[in-house]
Amino acid sequence: MIVLGIETSCDETSAAVVTSERDILSNVIHSQLDDHRLYGGVVPEIAARAHLVKIEAIIDEALQRAGVGFEDLDGVAATGGPGLIGGLIIGTMAGKAIAAAHALPYLAVNHLEGHALTARLTDDVAFPYLLLLISGGHCQLLIVRGVGDYQRIGTTLDDASGEAFDKTAKMLDLGFPGGPAVERAAQSGDKDRFALPRPMRRKKHCDFSFSGLKTAVRRQKDLLEQERPLSNRDRADLAASFQESVADSLADRTSRAFEVMTEQFGSGRPLVVAGGVAANKRIAEVLRIQAKEAGSPLITAPLELCTDNGAMIAWAGIERLKLGQTDGLDFAPRPRWPLDSSAPKSIYAGAAKA
Amino acid sequence: MNSAHISIKNQDATRRFAGLLGGLLEAGDVLLLEGDLGAGKSALARAIIQTMPDTSGRIVLNEEVPSPTFTIVQTYEREVAEVWHFDLYRLSDAEELYEIGIEEALANHISLIEWPDRLAHLKPLEFLEIVIGFGTEEEARALELSGTKNWRSRLETLAAFS
Repeated sequence: MIVLGIETSCDETSAAVVTSERDILSNVIHSQLDDHRLYGGVVPEIAARAHLVKIEAIIDEALQRAGVGFEDLDGVAATGGPGLIGGLIIGTMAGKAIAAAHALPYLAVNHLEGHALTARLTDDVAFPYLLLLISGGHCQLLIVRGVGDYQRIGTTLDDASGEAFDKTAKMLDLGFPGGPAVERAAQSGDKDRFALPRPMRRKKHCDFSFSGLKTAVRRQKDLLEQERPLSNRDRADLAASFQESVADSLADRTSRAFEVMTEQFGSGRPLVVAGGVAANKRIAEVLRIQAKEAGSPLITAPLELCTDNGAMIAWAGIERLKLGQTDGLDFAPRPRWPLDSSAPKSIYAGAAKA
Repeated sequence: MNSAHISIKNQDATRRFAGLLGGLLEAGDVLLLEGDLGAGKSALARAIIQTMPDTSGRIVLNEEVPSPTFTIVQTYEREVAEVWHFDLYRLSDAEELYEIGIEEALANHISLIEWPDRLAHLKPLEFLEIVIGFGTEEEARALELSGTKNWRSRLETLAAFS
């Protein structure tokens, strides 16, 4: 089985060809961040226009690199949400057009499901497993019980973890993208110089919060600046203290999630970490320790499969296609699309708008 | 422009102030939320949204109101009108505002807008601007409110907050 996957839900335009034998024949990713880094800019273009001008060439390149044509495909999967509506419409229309023109099954894939199932593409992990998704837009803990069967046990109540890194980098003038910039500065910093809060530590639930930590960084910076301008030493120490606080918080929440997981499925189930924040070495280290303490294997996909990409969408399409699931061409993109439909309804207020 | 200065002592007071302000909002209202990163723009917007009754008339205080930085806008069904919570931080061009439906929001819904300087020519004629500054205590905030004519009497109500 060969499936084309299309991802356009945020800043990356990507297309990939993947087989049911878990071979990634191609995975072409165009990141708008690359364009912007040249200018030292901080603001990726969110317009659908950016996806629109690239999508066709990227799909062509994905097929070419894979050495397949439309006639070799068994299905087309495109991200249907959640994300920015403009990009979702472009990707969905491209996917539907190819499916209609070549009489192929069409699959509208939930972006989060793409992240959730990647570990089965890379490491053939069996259900159930614990998923920690830490990216610029998401911060969630999920129990992945099966295809389409997800239990969200924790989420951020305010900022995503990657967002906290970006904003801290911005406050400290460390450059962009924020994650690597904070990590670089933190390397030479003293993580114990500033006592920043450890959000949600020891709370019984598995939720996250990073907004208060961001404010604490701001406050510390302002206090320092009352004396004199920030030195590079100050920046490095603040970055290190911030990073340690996020790492501690993620470790604490994950350890709580392991308890929930163990209650339901026994101990030793794998921990899968997805999202760009997983690339942070200190965070990877504390999660490794957590997994070890829980007696669980830790699985982190390679970075290009950890961040947004078409291969994970193609793979989620394959998993669903194998179960005989497809979507109608009347599917409407959904800017909000929670994975776990059993969560309280109030959470999804406004979802009908999507 | 009419204005008011409000001192907020702590997070509890933020929530009480948000409840007062939320109760005054109606369809077509626009709040421009300004302040540095970490000042509490999202926290105030979150508190306003959480203290407004939903379409079944209930107040769900712990309802999730995630940061809209990533998605640019998040929408909420409320009894009085839909609330659209914008964060324009990531916008590079005011033209992109059309794409996220800002015209519809400004006309028909309640708009809470962070980083409103990105609105450029789409800045509405009527609005309440709230500039959030830090106070002396950790949780304290100083709010500078200024509103257009349609906010005059409501500003008097808000100014009496203590």
